Amino acid sequence: MKLPLNWVRDFADMKTTPHEFAEKMTMSGSKVECFSSESDEIKNVVIAKVLKIEKHPDSDHLVVCQLDAGQETPLQIVTGAGNLKEGDLVPAALDKSRLPGGKEIRKGKLRGVASNGMLCSLGELGLTTHDFPNAVEDGILVLDETCAPGTDACAALGLDDVSVEFEITPNRPDCLSVRGLAREAAATYGVPFCDHTPQVKPGHGDVGEFLKVDIENKELCYRYIGAVVENVRVKPSPRWMRERLRLCGVRPINNLVDITNYVMLEYGQPMHCFDYKYVNGGHITVRNAKAGEKIETLDGADRTLSEEMLVIADEKGPIAVAGVMGGEFSGVYDDTTTIVFESAMFNGPSVRTTAKKLGMRTEASGRYEKGLDPNGCLRCLERALELVQLLDAGDVVNGVVDVWTHKRDKRRVPLRPEAINRLLGTALSKEEMVSILLPPGFEMESDEIVVPSDRFDVERDCDLAEEVARYVGYNKMPSTIMRGVATARPTPRQTFDSRMTEALVGFGLYEIETFSFYSPKAFDAINLPEGHPLRRAVVISNPLGEDTSIMRTTALPSMLDVVSRNINVRNPEGAFFENATEYIPAESSDVLPTENQKLLLAAYGKSWDYLAMKGVVEKLLETAGIKSPVFIRESEAPSYHPGRTAKVYVDETELGLIGELHPAVLANYKIKPRVVAADLNLDLLFACRGGTAAFKALPKFPAVTRDLALVAKEEIPAAELYSRIEKGAGKLLEKLSLFDIYRGDGVAEGCKSLAYSLVLRAPDRSLTDEDADAAVQKILKNLSEIGVVLRS
Amino acid sequence: MREALQNIKTAAEELLSKADTQQQLEELKVRFLGKKGELTAILKQMGGLSAEERPVIGALANEVRESIDADLRRRAKELGDAVLARRLAAESIDVTLPGVQPAQGKRHPFQQVLDELKDIFLGMGFDVVSGPEIEYDHYNFEMLNMPKSHPARDTQDTFYITENMLLRTQTSPMQIRTMEAQQPPIRIICPGRVYRSDAVDATHSPLFHQIEGLVVDKGITFSDLKGTLEAFIKKLYGEETRVRFRPHHFPYTEPSAEMDMSCFKCGGKGCPLCKGEGWIEILGCGMVHPKVLENCGIDPEVYSGYAFGVGLERITMMRYGIDDMRLLYENDLRFLSQF
Repeated sequence: MKLPLNWVRDFADMKTTPHEFAEKMTMSGSKVECFSSESDEIKNVVIAKVLKIEKHPDSDHLVVCQLDAGQETPLQIVTGAGNLKEGDLVPAALDKSRLPGGKEIRKGKLRGVASNGMLCSLGELGLTTHDFPNAVEDGILVLDETCAPGTDACAALGLDDVSVEFEITPNRPDCLSVRGLAREAAATYGVPFCDHTPQVKPGHGDVGEFLKVDIENKELCYRYIGAVVENVRVKPSPRWMRERLRLCGVRPINNLVDITNYVMLEYGQPMHCFDYKYVNGGHITVRNAKAGEKIETLDGADRTLSEEMLVIADEKGPIAVAGVMGGEFSGVYDDTTTIVFESAMFNGPSVRTTAKKLGMRTEASGRYEKGLDPNGCLRCLERALELVQLLDAGDVVNGVVDVWTHKRDKRRVPLRPEAINRLLGTALSKEEMVSILLPPGFEMESDEIVVPSDRFDVERDCDLAEEVARYVGYNKMPSTIMRGVATARPTPRQTFDSRMTEALVGFGLYEIETFSFYSPKAFDAINLPEGHPLRRAVVISNPLGEDTSIMRTTALPSMLDVVSRNINVRNPEGAFFENATEYIPAESSDVLPTENQKLLLAAYGKSWDYLAMKGVVEKLLETAGIKSPVFIRESEAPSYHPGRTAKVYVDETELGLIGELHPAVLANYKIKPRVVAADLNLDLLFACRGGTAAFKALPKFPAVTRDLALVAKEEIPAAELYSRIEKGAGKLLEKLSLFDIYRGDGVAEGCKSLAYSLVLRAPDRSLTDEDADAAVQKILKNLSEIGVVLRS
Repeated sequence: MREALQNIKTAAEELLSKADTQQQLEELKVRFLGKKGELTAILKQMGGLSAEERPVIGALANEVRESIDADLRRRAKELGDAVLARRLAAESIDVTLPGVQPAQGKRHPFQQVLDELKDIFLGMGFDVVSGPEIEYDHYNFEMLNMPKSHPARDTQDTFYITENMLLRTQTSPMQIRTMEAQQPPIRIICPGRVYRSDAVDATHSPLFHQIEGLVVDKGITFSDLKGTLEAFIKKLYGEETRVRFRPHHFPYTEPSAEMDMSCFKCGGKGCPLCKGEGWIEILGCGMVHPKVLENCGIDPEVYSGYAFGVGLERITMMRYGIDDMRLLYENDLRFLSQF
């Protein structure tokens, strides 16, 4: 809502600067976004009188003007415009002046003749013929009204008012008007609110002879008032009205249209005017549209209406969509002689639905849907008639047709000072509260507050509390620290999650955050076959675009996008993790999807291969206190390399997957280097986590070490050797580590040599060589069962 | 004998001063002080001395022994020191060479900020809870005093899944879920992802993060709301930070407010960051609307409460001076490694 400060002053006479006004209004609840004046952009432009016009000695299309610009000596300016005559008053931009758009004017010479500035057209002052209908577009602006030469052009042209832009919250439709904001301003400044009661002078005839109004749907139309003006004189409205409209950002059209807009801005009530000759039968019916009924609206579009939409109809058909927009042919044009003014109140949600369905949110529909005051309709119509008389825009027919279906008493709210103080933490007396509430228009009757009829937002204690707090000033209220003891601590799950995150950061991985939605094409990119269960995703019904149209069922595509982006910007190496949510739809669309927490890890670059990633996963599981995880080869995972991927288990629980990405998947992402990833279920990690570590006494007896170089067939996995060694060594085994893998001379083709170091120790005695040898023999026996022998 | 002792002393002194290895020192020790050494040889002749002379010579011999012994030790130390000094000199390295760094990742910048916020609120007695991102319209809007036709719904462009299910536009539905599950006293914060259909640009994203706060108890007042949020901002941005509360509107709180903080860059004088105003909008808040309490079966005549919502991206961007929200979701290492 943008409006001129001087218009507000019509209702509340404050002595203030724009800056102070913005500050005070913001702090009392009417937030000022910004304020500006057209004169901010125009500097050093004055009104000058043309004294003499001479032909330029060296040009056919230029003239040399001598002007009285209020200075001692005449001012000489060269111009190319042909619309001037001696005696005209024109805007002259003097040397070192400034025009809209940051244009600077300096004196100079035009074809050898000195020119001490520039005479301005409408366009050069940032104006149009809507603002000055008598001016020409392609010449110098010549003033209609007289003023003293030398007067500042902004003042003379009415460009010096300040327009203030407010952000009005949806609960305060009453503030979408000059009157409503002026009432706030008066209460904020503590000055009287000077309401205006329109005075319509007696006209002629009787409106009942012209107009009949019926409301068929009384649920959706609360009130409809019509008035008639004959012998309309369509012409531009006066300058003061055009200026105010312009400062509100509304384009002046003609006096009648301007009056409807002026009243809407002043009182908040949308107005409409119809050409009477197109109101067939002089009979207006407010009814639901019939299925398939059509109307051409003022914007020139043909609209097909449906039955739930409310229309203003004459005896032939719809002439306006109620509360949204009028019909094209019933509008006001130059040949209009008699008009009908409409001031009505419709059901907000119905207007909202209709406007949405027709795809035409208008200024009027926006106001109706927020809720307007049916008690204000008559005042607005009378204001319009008053302006018609003031502007001599036509002859007013006596009386109005007023059909009022929903009379509503003003709301009464009991004033309970203790409840208000309890909510605010204040100790205000009842009298103090009343003295705060009266200026913004509340009334006090017995122990009840009577709410102004346009304040739908005030219903109960808390609403009155807000009014009191706003005018006291939020920042003058006390600030206190809550009483009571409150203990808070992270849940075990929260602690666990941070431990996992901190561990991964410690292992050198960077945490990332990616969008929860992507394109269904992401499934193709990671090679999920048709019919794969993860392809069933939660679909957004109104997405921004296909790229963000489904909720992810796997975070792998999001991760690969990040990897790809980092490779593209030539980051040579990268390791990432995301604590990612995946959204798995329920069987029924009425049930919320399951939101799983995953840890997705991925890395590329010279430090990273399968074993490096496995090391991270092993260490992560160790941090989680998960003992003896098992890695089992997985060659069926569609996104992963069939020979370099494993599933991770603890006991029977599958914790996730680790592996190198499938080259075909990487190709889909145009990724050249190998990428390793791990996809772990954080919910299951938490479920399988270990408890508090139990202390084991430090060893008292020495250990014996044995190294075993073993030869095994290639296809025997290291894990198999490991478990057989473990079994053979039994309780004596303290530590088993693989320290070398060898293939080549001395090892048969198709075989590998694995060298293990064993640390054996007994808790209660020093082990002898014989003990160790016996253990080794047992190990070798176990290994020989799968053909593994000592390397000779 | 006196003379012989004196000669031994002089000879030892001279030789010791010339010795420059530990081995030479060892040889000299044997030569002068050993069992078959020169001093011992002299002492063996003491039997031939008179009773008067014996103690005198004996004392002299002891003096010579101690002197040689002291010289030996001093020289040994000198030589040791010299060896150490040479080794230290030889082992000197360029201490300005770059260190060999352990691999170390980083947390995402707004997770770092979120951790700090959580710590502050935990310290003030707020538990941290989380809730579903795909939510029923019922929780996201209706229970929060925003029925289907409510105009305030237009200010939150919503992604819908079905007519009754949507991507939550705010973390506020967790107010309802918490109040349904738990009787007062309630003190929670709920951080999480929220969604609105805004196209991506430098200041908008269809997905962003909010932190919801809710307090419900007997005797909770608007003044408590002010005091708590003021304390929070001072803990986050420093004690010198000032705050102000402006009236605002949210359907689920009344009275409602927006809180501004004094610009941390200019301290409130006005600069480009705060658009010359000296204040920066930081969060929305208000007293829980009695209709919302009633919806959750909590009697507003007995209990009252306040709620607030903070945008995490905004706080993060202000904290680090990040000027483009897209960077937060691009996860470029050159960005992530800065924080």
